[in-house]
Amino acid sequence: MSHFTTDRRSLLKGGGSLLAVAAAMTSEQLLGYAKAWAQSAPWKPEAGAKINLLRWKRFVEAEDTAFMKIVDAFQKATGVTVNVSNESYDDLQPKASVAANTGQGLDIVWGLYSLPFLFPSKCVDMTDVAEYVGKKGGGWSKSGEDYGKLDGKWIGVPVAATGALVNYRVAAMEKAGHKEFPKDLGGFADLVKGLNKNGTPAGMALGHASGDANTWLHWALWAHGGNLIDKNNKVIVNSPETAKALEYVKGLYDNFIPGTASWNDSSNNKAFLAGQLHMTVNGISIYVTAKKENPQIAADMNHAHLPAGVDGKTKEMNLGFPILVFNFTKFPQACKAFTAFMLDPEQLNPWVESAQGYLSPFLLGFNKNPIWTADPKNTPYRDVAETSLTPAGIGQMGENAAAAIADFVVVDMFANYCTGREDVKTAMASAERSAKRIFR
Amino acid sequence: MTTFQTSVRVQPAGVDTPSLWARLRTNRNWVALWFMLPAAAFLILFLAYPLGLGVWMSFTDERIGRRGIFIGLENYQWLWDDSIFWLSVFNTLLYTIVASAIKFAIGLYLALLLNRHMPFKAMIRSIVLIPFIVPTVLSAIAFWWIYDSQFSIISWSLIKLGLIDHNINFLGDSSWARGSVIFANIWRGVPFVAITLLAGLQTVSPSLYEAATLDGATNWQRFRFITYPLLTPIIAVVMTFSVLFTFTDFQLIWALTRGGPVNATHLMATLSYQRGIISGRLGEGAAIATAMIPFLVAAIAISWFGMQRRKWQQGSNND
Repeated sequence: MSHFTTDRRSLLKGGGSLLAVAAAMTSEQLLGYAKAWAQSAPWKPEAGAKINLLRWKRFVEAEDTAFMKIVDAFQKATGVTVNVSNESYDDLQPKASVAANTGQGLDIVWGLYSLPFLFPSKCVDMTDVAEYVGKKGGGWSKSGEDYGKLDGKWIGVPVAATGALVNYRVAAMEKAGHKEFPKDLGGFADLVKGLNKNGTPAGMALGHASGDANTWLHWALWAHGGNLIDKNNKVIVNSPETAKALEYVKGLYDNFIPGTASWNDSSNNKAFLAGQLHMTVNGISIYVTAKKENPQIAADMNHAHLPAGVDGKTKEMNLGFPILVFNFTKFPQACKAFTAFMLDPEQLNPWVESAQGYLSPFLLGFNKNPIWTADPKNTPYRDVAETSLTPAGIGQMGENAAAAIADFVVVDMFANYCTGREDVKTAMASAERSAKRIFR
Repeated sequence: MTTFQTSVRVQPAGVDTPSLWARLRTNRNWVALWFMLPAAAFLILFLAYPLGLGVWMSFTDERIGRRGIFIGLENYQWLWDDSIFWLSVFNTLLYTIVASAIKFAIGLYLALLLNRHMPFKAMIRSIVLIPFIVPTVLSAIAFWWIYDSQFSIISWSLIKLGLIDHNINFLGDSSWARGSVIFANIWRGVPFVAITLLAGLQTVSPSLYEAATLDGATNWQRFRFITYPLLTPIIAVVMTFSVLFTFTDFQLIWALTRGGPVNATHLMATLSYQRGIISGRLGEGAAIATAMIPFLVAAIAISWFGMQRRKWQQGSNND
């Protein structure tokens, strides 16, 4: 943590009080800070630079407001124009892909998962920025490096992740015979069964939901020792461990609320907030909405990490948000300066706070942010970076692993078996076939 | 004066062997070519070129942001053994055939109804068009709510009426999902068929019906021997378009199911998008899209050759 200092003020000097200052910074103070920052930053934006930035559409309103404040301060301090456009989770990637392929339209994309790995040859080398913000922000977590680096070079800067953790109703869990949230696979399955018996069912997406389905199904695969690819990116999905994972998830699915095979990323949020769903895997957005619109549910709900796997370790896949700069941009310096400014502790801390737990930074210094302890229900989301693997699992993150996630290879394998379309062997064989085609 | 002299002087050469330029200048086809050029350039640039590029891409292993190398038929060989691809072909054919047939039946019935005299005729006719006017994505979102696994209005009403005791799994069960997307497509497509056929009906001269009525023809006979034969050319055109639109449908499926559950509603168009754009494998996506072409050509060929025949055009037997 000794690196966790800034040029102008030390965050160690009582993190809380300083954060309060940062959060309360008026726009004038913020502008002053931004100007001083721009003076000292190693990147000097090109004169008259105009940046087109595309980001995912927010799930937490205050987070977006805080983000726009950062953009505004940066614009005023540097004279750079930043055009921000928003796209929903599902539409962001195709748009970014089209820009990458045609070589125009966008300069910066703040996207999901492993976006930079889909087209690494189109990404600006961000090593200098990543090292700069890493030094200021308390160092990168292992998962942060995995999410950003390709062959020792940073092709994107992972800003934060949103944890795909268990959201559950406390009363329903206790009624199902669990005083505490289960920490092992057996207890978890028992809880799902108990919830269903009481008519307060759980449910997790098995449809083509890029966030909600991919995350927990990869956890299920890894928890049983199964993997899509090994360390050398060889496909090893067809294994007894995978078969066990399939059986386990089938057992859960049979006790889920009906319809999870058709769910998209917003289905579980709606059902949970309507009081029909009593446990699911999601970001903190349900809780944030419930606090505002449905206080009874907020009071009765809590969060937990998914249970540890057969080897006793918790390996989750959480939704990373990497930022990337296209190499065809006319203003690489301005883009780099903006990225560094965004991740500057003075900007990122209030932003993380306003996101109310939705953004868990990959920079370790931000574990100290008071948002994680102010409300104990937020705490599980603090450690997301530590329990995260990339979509490649134990393999090397690259464009093939990114393609496999985007093509729902693992999700379809589980869904094929759970809905009874294929048996265990066929489901694994089809997944193996698709994966081998991608990792050839 | 000058003009006269000039033409006189030129005439001896011009009358016997006019220069190529002179001949071209007066050639109507040559002029026509120039008039067609802008349209042709437009078509080549925005239709033929992308189509050719897509077909070429299907023979490469191109990925997003990276040029591909020529790999021959490798993409097609892979698709040939790919059960998801064949499932999508089956889904597309099922979707197209069922939806088009029902759209035709309902559309024709509606057109016959609307062709009658009734109060507020103009208003009713324009109301019928509403499903067609609403942007596809909007109507898809409306249907998405109607079909929601937890909040479906249909499930809710039936439960309140005491007819069923749990929600219908509209988009989570393969058969239900197929039926649901086909229904949504029909809802959207019927107005197009109905209004076009109505336009066709109005060109049928009333005197034919009068004559038939005098001869004592029944309702069915009047439809079978007057309306139907005179309507065939327009039916051929409408159904060709309807089949093409349905076959290449994308938005509705993408907004409703994204091809789920477990690929049960994946059409060739959506699978091509998922593999080509979302997953970044442009070559394979292009191959799936190219595989749609033979089906589309077949659909066009049937109606084209059909319309060439007099029997189709005029409903008589002498061809």
